[in-house]
Amino acid sequence: MNPSTSAALHEQTIAQLSAGLAAGQFSSEELTCAFLQRIGRDNPQLNAFITVTAESALAQARAADERRRQGQAGLLTGIPIAYKDIFCTQGVRTSCGSRMLDRFIAPYNATVVERLNAAGAVMLGKTNMDEFAMGSSNETSFYGSVHNPWDLNAVPGGSSGGSAAAVAARLTPGATGTDTGGSIRQPAALCGITGIKPTYGRVSRWGMIAYASSLDQGGPMARTAEDCALLLAAMAGFDPRDSTCVDRPVPDYAAGLNQPLAGLKIGLPKEYFGEGLDSAVAAAVETAIAEYRKLGAETIEISLPNSQLAIPAYYVVAPAECSSNLARFDGVRYGHRCENPQNLLDLYIRSRAEGFGAEVQRRILVGTFALSAGYYDAYYLKAQQIRRLISDDFRRAFDQVDVIAGPTSPTVAFNLGEKVDDPITMYLSDIYTIAVNLAGLPGLSLPAGFVGQRPVGLQLIGNYFAEERLLNVAHRYQQVTDWHNRIPTAFA
Amino acid sequence: MSLGVVEVAKIAHLARLAIRAEDAPAYARNLSAILELVEQMNAVDTSGVAPMAHPLDMAQRLRPDEVAESNQRERFQAIAPRVEAGLYLVPKVIE
Amino acid sequence: MMEWETVIGLEIHAQLATKSKIFSAAATAYGAEPNTQACAIDLGMPGVLPVLNQEAVRMAAMLGLAIGANIACRSVFARKNYFYPDLPKGYQISQYELPVVEKGELSIDLEDGSSKVIGVTRAHLEEDAGKSLHEDFHGQSGIDLNRAGTPLLEIVSEPDLRSAKEAVAYMKKLHQMVVYLGICDGNMQEGSFRCDANVSVRPKGQAQFGTRAEIKNLNSFRFVERAIEFEIERQIDRIESGEKIVQETRLYDPDKGETRPMRSKEEANDYRYFPDPDLLPLVIDEAFIETVRASLPELPEAKKQRFIAQYGLSSYDAGVLTAARALSDYYEAVVAALGGEPKLCANWVMGDFSAFLNRDGKDLAESPVSSAQLASLLQRIQDRTISGKIAKDVFEAMWVGEGDTDAIIEKRGLRQITDTSAIEKVIDEVMAANPDQLAQYRAGKDKLFAFFVGQVMKASKGKANPQQVNDRLAEKLKG
Repeated sequence: MNPSTSAALHEQTIAQLSAGLAAGQFSSEELTCAFLQRIGRDNPQLNAFITVTAESALAQARAADERRRQGQAGLLTGIPIAYKDIFCTQGVRTSCGSRMLDRFIAPYNATVVERLNAAGAVMLGKTNMDEFAMGSSNETSFYGSVHNPWDLNAVPGGSSGGSAAAVAARLTPGATGTDTGGSIRQPAALCGITGIKPTYGRVSRWGMIAYASSLDQGGPMARTAEDCALLLAAMAGFDPRDSTCVDRPVPDYAAGLNQPLAGLKIGLPKEYFGEGLDSAVAAAVETAIAEYRKLGAETIEISLPNSQLAIPAYYVVAPAECSSNLARFDGVRYGHRCENPQNLLDLYIRSRAEGFGAEVQRRILVGTFALSAGYYDAYYLKAQQIRRLISDDFRRAFDQVDVIAGPTSPTVAFNLGEKVDDPITMYLSDIYTIAVNLAGLPGLSLPAGFVGQRPVGLQLIGNYFAEERLLNVAHRYQQVTDWHNRIPTAFA
Repeated sequence: MSLGVVEVAKIAHLARLAIRAEDAPAYARNLSAILELVEQMNAVDTSGVAPMAHPLDMAQRLRPDEVAESNQRERFQAIAPRVEAGLYLVPKVIE
Repeated sequence: MMEWETVIGLEIHAQLATKSKIFSAAATAYGAEPNTQACAIDLGMPGVLPVLNQEAVRMAAMLGLAIGANIACRSVFARKNYFYPDLPKGYQISQYELPVVEKGELSIDLEDGSSKVIGVTRAHLEEDAGKSLHEDFHGQSGIDLNRAGTPLLEIVSEPDLRSAKEAVAYMKKLHQMVVYLGICDGNMQEGSFRCDANVSVRPKGQAQFGTRAEIKNLNSFRFVERAIEFEIERQIDRIESGEKIVQETRLYDPDKGETRPMRSKEEANDYRYFPDPDLLPLVIDEAFIETVRASLPELPEAKKQRFIAQYGLSSYDAGVLTAARALSDYYEAVVAALGGEPKLCANWVMGDFSAFLNRDGKDLAESPVSSAQLASLLQRIQDRTISGKIAKDVFEAMWVGEGDTDAIIEKRGLRQITDTSAIEKVIDEVMAANPDQLAQYRAGKDKLFAFFVGQVMKASKGKANPQQVNDRLAEKLKG
């Protein structure tokens, strides 16, 4: 299973690279150069990066090498990573995939960036994403679609599509993503990598540009659960600047990875295996679940009766919050401002209409409507109540089982342009991921096979703050399978 | 609920988005379709269910009353579209 | 002729006297250069998050307890969404459905000497907006966001007020209260305490309210009174001439002394309030409330009663001295330093001391004469080193910084003459210099006694002890 340590640098996982750096087999500068070269060669066909920060990456890499010489290196010191362009990076454009912020040079770092900097990680650049994280295919980006490395005609998923494609194509060993309704897990599934959305409040949201504040959560995307464990350990933790961030110790995620699965109770929600699930995807997921049984886990059919209401509730809550969160983009203090505004109203309506793309405008309009006088109770309040029901479904389920497993996405990656004109169909691709955000639970997607050329993702859902368990359950599977080691042939 | 172009124009004004007349029907169609989707919520009786605004059942954490920010006007205004004499400029505000 | 009744409710915004803003660690100090006290949070930069200042919560609870209100164990911050250039995020964080303070009351004194209880519906925490400066920047407005995020406590009264005078009395009472509690500096010129007035009229005896107009941003007691009076007249005139009152927001123009509709508020707003997803519910427990209760200062009415009982002051004097917490503190410090003589202290604090502050337009905090200095002066009156009259000169010298009581007395040679032989010597000289008056006095013209007192005091440059002068003069004039 383990590629030899003499494997090409880009073929290695973060854990392997970390060991290589520690053993002095190569320097961070060499490693960073290797990935920058791959980005230079392959990014034009993938469009995974919006901004490549080669110069500062090399400076950070040299600083990491120096730190190592002084004996101060940690596990991530000198490891190159990429940031979804939703995380503010001081002095570097932070576009959020939008024309609105095309020229926005962030004046501060997101806490996640600060923490990874402190760990010595090297920033290769900023990855492409659906505009303001609103999308499931990365096609709403102002900077154009990202291509799926497994099939350039396919979408990578979204909204963290650039991060997923970059990891899958080995342009970076790891990346950050954010997940509001599936935006880490769904692209991880569609690109054949591993990604975890932590419990709401586990990772600070400071400096992470808000889409829907009560749902957004940052997390790592990498090839393996082990790599996600290393990244998450650095990203997670208390932050006084985010009052929704939980003050609770961060476990040593890597230490718990090898815990045996004997006796593990896996819940299989019948609602996740019914109508709408592609049969080939279903077959791959069943095979993965069978593998878990071999590993000693027990599977139990459970029910999450309100599952079908997750998408309706989400498409009220998320747009409502976004309509307010995105009101600050008014052309006054930063961001796009229209030419020659005739008056104040003109400044607002043209700056915003020019700065935002169609999907963002649609969600702002839906959210504005849902909160408006006379409709609040029927839409917003109703959605909050449904949210409670969905959350209660999970509580009951976790009385019975340790983790919940199912497909991450009902289909494998679809073709570019296939759903772009049909928002509703697009929304349905997040049918299995959205409820997790509404409840605030942690969820993980890991590679579990292919349908044709296109990867299938298995989703694992854990109880609140059970990231350690999820990573452990994913890791044990990756010890006996090799889906996560497959490389798209064009990027080998 | 089905929205027409008039409603869309009203919502767009509240949201301060300029929508071109020729785009309004498409927005009306999309928005109506989205509302139809979300109205599936109505299939469930939620009377008596406490609304859930946050995923975590926790109290708000407060901070001590300390000044910890210094003047960063120059840095912040370096990315501003129009400033003069330290002020952000906008078309005339009428009270 | 129809008789009309006025119905007024006030929404008062008190800026809380915290060091930092309600949701950020930027300073709240007034008068800084534009946008130098607006941090990333105040500017509504992408990705920033609010974190609530606990001191603002404590101050809100203080007011709640002081007005006998309920402190909500769970309250919620909501977003009030609207676009305006002084509102950086496009929403104001405020409290809507569940405010932190509910159902209190405040008693006001009416002109006829009676008092009336005014209900306080609620008080909630919110953030202030920035300022639009309308000086002409090439036809543009300039936006200063220093004030954005300053903590406000919005205190909403019941529509219990029936005249402009009552409204002002209520506003003054609340002003006194927040300053007493130390939760607001009360500076109205700087906008620290300002008011929106909801005004309507109805035929006397009618139960339902008339249509109201809201007059925005009144920042002086005088403007509140004038604006409301104008508005009452306007509404009555309109109704009597057969027109309808429109519910609207109006602005008071102090130069013209009239209210006019606010153009920016012409369209009906739909604020789309919803719970702020960045802020979890604010939970206040019983222990916190008890801590706040224990820290409450003595409130004006209680202090007044204590002054009457403890110091033997008249109700009027006690009222004047307790009108402002700073003055009452100063008074008590003088009494303590002097170790008694509360009436003498009251006369001086309310008299010369207050008069000088007034004359120089100074705040008590800026007084050049400390309570200890005033006490030392009164000490010298008490021990007869100087007379009350001389003390006024010493006070004035002290006010302009000539030094402490004793130094001024020494330097100016103002020590009172209490040596009987010295006083008799002066009396002898005065009698010798005025033989005619002496003869007339002795012939029965008693009122010339005052003339001799005056002459003796003049000859002693005011330093002779007046009581001794009286005694000795009476004796000597008899012959």
